[in-house]
Amino acid sequence: MIGGLFIYNHKGEVLISRVYRDDIGRNAVDAFRVNVIHARQQVRSPVTNIARTSFFHVKRSNIWLAAVTKQNVNAAMVFEFLYKMCDVMTAYFGKISEENIKNNFVLIYELLDEILDFGYPQNSETGALKTFITQTGIKSQSKEEQSQITSQVTGQIGWRREGIKYRRNELFLDVLESVNLLMSPQGQVLSAHVSGRVVMKSYLSGMPECKFGMNDKIVIDKQGKGGATEEAAGKSDLGGSGGGGGKQSIAIDDCTFHQCVRLSKFDAERSISFIPPDGECELMRYRTTKDIILPFRVIPLVREVGRTKLEVKVVIKSNFKPSLLAQKIEVRIPTPLNTSGVQVICMKGKAKYKASENAIVWKIKRMAGMKESQISAEIELLPTNDKKKWARPPISMNFEVPFAPSGLKVRYLKVFEPKLNYSDHDVIKWVRYIGRSGIYETRC
Amino acid sequence: MPAVSKGDGMRGLAVFISDIRNCKSKEAEIKRINKELANIRSKFKGDKALDGYSKKKYVCKLLFIFLLGHDIDFGHMEAVNLLSSNKYTEKQIGYLFISVLVNSNSELIRLINNAIKNDLSSRNPTFMCLALHCIANVGSREMAEAFAGEIPRILVAGDTMDSVKQSAALCLLRLYKASPDLVLMGEWTSRVVHLLNDQHMGVVTAAISLITCLSSKNPDEFKTCVSLAVSRLSRIVSSASTDLQDYTYYFVPAPWLSCKLLRLLQCYPPPEDGAVKGRLVECLETILNKAQEPPKSKKVQHSNAKNAILFEAISLIIHYDSEPNLLVRACNQLGQFLQHRETNLRYLALESMCTLASSEFSHEAVKTHIETVINALKTERDVSVRQRAADLLYAMCDRSNAKQIVAEMLSYLETADYSIREEMVLKVAILAEKYAVDYSWYVDTILNLIRIAGDYVSEEVWYRVIQIVINRDDVQGYAAKTVFEALQAPACHENMVKVGGYILGEFGNLIAGDPRSSPLVQFNLLHSKFHLCSVPTRALLLSAYIKFINLFPETKATIQEVLRSDSQIRNSDVELQQRAVEYLKLSSIASTDVLATVLEEMPPFPERESSILAKLKKKKGPGAVSVELEDGKERGELNGGGDRGGDAAIAASNASTPSPSADLLGLRSAAPVSGAAPSAGSLLVDVFSEAGPAAASAGVNDDGFLSALHAPEASDSPLVEGPGDSDSAPTSAASEDPAPPLPESDELLNKFVCKNNGVLFENQLLQIGIKSEYRQNLGRMYLFYGNKTSVQFVSFSTTVSCPGELQSQLNVQTKTVEPLVEGGAQVQQVINIECLTDFVDAPLLNIKFRYGGALQNISLKLPVTINKFFQPTEMAAADFFQRWKQLSQPQQEAQKIFKASHGMDTEVLKAKLLGLGTALLENVDPNPENYVCAGVIQTKAQQVGCLLRLEPNAQAQPGEQMYRLTLRSSKDTVSQRVCDLLAEQF
Repeated sequence: MIGGLFIYNHKGEVLISRVYRDDIGRNAVDAFRVNVIHARQQVRSPVTNIARTSFFHVKRSNIWLAAVTKQNVNAAMVFEFLYKMCDVMTAYFGKISEENIKNNFVLIYELLDEILDFGYPQNSETGALKTFITQTGIKSQSKEEQSQITSQVTGQIGWRREGIKYRRNELFLDVLESVNLLMSPQGQVLSAHVSGRVVMKSYLSGMPECKFGMNDKIVIDKQGKGGATEEAAGKSDLGGSGGGGGKQSIAIDDCTFHQCVRLSKFDAERSISFIPPDGECELMRYRTTKDIILPFRVIPLVREVGRTKLEVKVVIKSNFKPSLLAQKIEVRIPTPLNTSGVQVICMKGKAKYKASENAIVWKIKRMAGMKESQISAEIELLPTNDKKKWARPPISMNFEVPFAPSGLKVRYLKVFEPKLNYSDHDVIKWVRYIGRSGIYETRC
Repeated sequence: MPAVSKGDGMRGLAVFISDIRNCKSKEAEIKRINKELANIRSKFKGDKALDGYSKKKYVCKLLFIFLLGHDIDFGHMEAVNLLSSNKYTEKQIGYLFISVLVNSNSELIRLINNAIKNDLSSRNPTFMCLALHCIANVGSREMAEAFAGEIPRILVAGDTMDSVKQSAALCLLRLYKASPDLVLMGEWTSRVVHLLNDQHMGVVTAAISLITCLSSKNPDEFKTCVSLAVSRLSRIVSSASTDLQDYTYYFVPAPWLSCKLLRLLQCYPPPEDGAVKGRLVECLETILNKAQEPPKSKKVQHSNAKNAILFEAISLIIHYDSEPNLLVRACNQLGQFLQHRETNLRYLALESMCTLASSEFSHEAVKTHIETVINALKTERDVSVRQRAADLLYAMCDRSNAKQIVAEMLSYLETADYSIREEMVLKVAILAEKYAVDYSWYVDTILNLIRIAGDYVSEEVWYRVIQIVINRDDVQGYAAKTVFEALQAPACHENMVKVGGYILGEFGNLIAGDPRSSPLVQFNLLHSKFHLCSVPTRALLLSAYIKFINLFPETKATIQEVLRSDSQIRNSDVELQQRAVEYLKLSSIASTDVLATVLEEMPPFPERESSILAKLKKKKGPGAVSVELEDGKERGELNGGGDRGGDAAIAASNASTPSPSADLLGLRSAAPVSGAAPSAGSLLVDVFSEAGPAAASAGVNDDGFLSALHAPEASDSPLVEGPGDSDSAPTSAASEDPAPPLPESDELLNKFVCKNNGVLFENQLLQIGIKSEYRQNLGRMYLFYGNKTSVQFVSFSTTVSCPGELQSQLNVQTKTVEPLVEGGAQVQQVINIECLTDFVDAPLLNIKFRYGGALQNISLKLPVTINKFFQPTEMAAADFFQRWKQLSQPQQEAQKIFKASHGMDTEVLKAKLLGLGTALLENVDPNPENYVCAGVIQTKAQQVGCLLRLEPNAQAQPGEQMYRLTLRSSKDTVSQRVCDLLAEQF
């Protein structure tokens, strides 16, 4: 169990220190500072063991969050908690920065008291927390309200309170994916996977019962055998605009759900049904590795001319429907450490040699599908004493495309509210697909 | 040196550094550095030549980046270019970069050396100095090779500037320290010595450092420096504070030079020339006199400088140790410092007094300060000063004040700082022993010591008490009474229980007459402590109990009851269980006679160096001069007053007691963490063999004794102490190759011809026990490597090799051992041996390990001899003679006539012949004095029958006794080899 939680600024000064258990002493604060933040060599492992004490840290911009324990805890749980903690703080006061933390330290201590009890994580649902931890000072709550909060937080559906009313029942679904790739110079895929999230923002009245359907291979196959026609009807109104098209169902390797999803039902029937929390929540997270649509192909060509010159040519090809537009494209071509000068020519976008990052950065604002673009660079080198050869790090790429590279499609999202008189058809539904690059690299 | 001009400010560098300092995170810093590196690269790459200023600036930036911990792999060339610049600042930066970042890159080194050479030969003193500083800072072998010849020339040349001479002297010193073989002073020696007469004080100061270092290596060559140094010193000492102008430091004339001169003189014995000596004594007196003068300044620097000279002078006086007058004056001066306000001075005074105390002239003078020192020990705030005070007390102790000092130290011990307690305990123990006139006082003191600081009393201390009590009859009764009383305290330290258990077990009978300490009371008292003790102590107590059974038969029933209880006989600790089982059996089976023999009182220990002293020495390290000095006196005074225990007793016990460096009481084998089972047996055998020397003295392994007690596993004692004394075996030179076998390894081999088990080898670090068994042509050998130190051995490895043709004769397989042997632990190695055909040589065992970093490399011969594969054959007389005649060809017989080197004791001879592996045939030879044996040597290839006849001429005078040994076998090589082996045994 978590023994203590510290928040440091970039200099290693402690902003927040909350100790939950006696086995964590004051010196733990310094131990982390000395051994991790100020370490001579950058500490890359998120878990550090110092004198039989484990420190789990995550970094958000310049802020370090460190959870400390002396016990053998589930590391995944601790990190899940730390991420949740970041989410909660973001939900309360926006960006996690030193100034925001200093301005909200009372609030943070209050939150820490609530979401961790004797080191055990408690309810960390922002929606629920916001009902009783507020920034606006103490509102005199009536007894009724108080008991309602109590029954809600301790009850079965802790994430939604009763009696919500909207004039317009509306919901937004975002499918956010990040695609990761490692490709050999010859164009062979060495590893590729997509990790995606389905984020839902709902403004629905009452306690609506929702049912979510997507083109999961198992469900589709089952229906193909059973021949259920009723579900097929839902397809038409929520069809996604996939880039690759052609394929009907996808194989999901693993997925996790928000606590509101009834897991028993998912296990039995593979149907995703839930009562959503009000506002924004991450409905599910998933990962796929098969049949990924790779939005871009990078073709590198590196030629060493003697000891003092290097010629690089990189071609990128977009590989999706011509009607779609990719955005924020950035190609990063690493340069050797002894680079003394660079000349770049590119057909499209802007390219610049960034000495501070030892790379040529090529930026293109927009690019349609099925297009091709090229950059060529001449790199001058300084002869060095070192006989070490340049390690040739991979060329990496960033982009954003308006479809799901995994091929996932939302088939339907039905809403039932038996008590109030609105039906599925009255709800306005929006679906959006965004595919981003994760670690998208090509060796050269 | 030229001042840095304003234009050299290097703004770009300042901006870069402040940028880096302002970086918020490591990443930002790395980005900034990358950017700067790219900029510098492009600048260096640029086709147009850089001017000196920017080159300097960029090299400076590179240096700064390197010092931040980043790799720099270019810019060396530019730095070398800077060396050829004519501007001081550029040259300086170039040299700085080179001395920080130089690596043995061949082409660059050549360029650098060239540049240095140019500067050295230039007439510009600042450039010469820069070059010399660079050489000294790099100090590599290449540098030494290139310039070792050049620098002495510069040093002694008449036209060299003084500042360059200084640099040259220090540079040469550095090169000499780095690679002494390259700096040959031969021809320069006298001219370097004459630098002591130089006009310039700075040159003298630099030269004297060089001379001190050189003369400590070859004092004879620099002998002439003594008189020069003395005259220089006297000139300084006698000068007024205003004479030396620049070299007067807070009214003290040239303090650094004076200290160095005094230190140089400490490399030599007192000067023989009377005039020189007189002058020196005069100087020293002046220094001592000056110390008495009122200070010329209140500044701390003034007194520091003055005292520095004074302390250096005192060390010189102590070093000479020949001027009683000066020694006493020095002592008095130090006495004043003992009460000085300054802690550092008190510390230094105590430290110097420690060395003074060992001089015969000043010992008495030091003793007058005893009260002050004791006071310092008690009231001093700084622990390091208290430690010095304790050292001094130890050093000044003699017969007259021993009682007072020991009492003071004992009383201080109760409040002493934890870090020095153990050392204090050792010191008290040593002093008490050394100056004990009255041994009851000694026993009292040590028991007090254990009572007060039990935790810090190391094993050695209580071993020593027991040794002394056992060796001295007159204190035994008193000791028994005192420990009995001490044990009655409700809580007493485990070490006290150990001493109590041992002493009551041996001498409990001496106080048994008193009804208050009747045997049963004694036993109950001891047993009441039993459950509070650790395993080794319990084991010792069990031994004490069995001794009680012998001393007081009336306690037998009670003790047997205790031994029989489940907590003993079924104890989970193997050692305790085994002792309980064996002692119980021993007490119930053996008759009183046997018991009395087995459990006889311990024989006196042989005199040896006090183990406590050895321990103290080890603690202090080799540098502890004062203790070293004590050592000589120690030998004489140890137990000085009393008799040394009869020689006969020593001789008797020599046969059975472990070799001198082994544990005092043979107890340590109970302690090891690992291998409790194999060592268990050894303990028992130790107890037995020490109790009854007769049992072990036969030279044959005494397994038989214990196997009678049907303790099958335990009887195989791997560590039975052999009668050998291999203590002095030198540790071979440390090299990775297997060392050549130890010179005595052949002798070791002979030791094992007639026995299979024992100690193969032992030195200060390692003990190798051996246990082996043979069946037909196969053999199995267990080697036990015991780490005798408290430090672990690392990279421990052993290899067994068969040299030469042995490879085809023996098949030896070994299992590897763990590479780590913990301190005090023992590891076992199994070796399987198959005899393919008959052989002569023995396989080699090579052991390598690191002890405290030093490689130890030991080679031994494994005691595998052809006779090990003997199968005894019984036959009747007729058969024997028939076969004897069959083997009548001359080459089948081997005969030797040799002098007896041991007595002709029938039993011993028989045992040896049996140990050889043959069957001893009775009633075969017509002459009953002769011995006849028969056996078959089993090898894989063939079986070789072997007959043996040994004819002693027992009637001859001792000293002229001879044997005739005749061997006949079906193979000539076998006869010869067995004959050779056996001839060494009698």
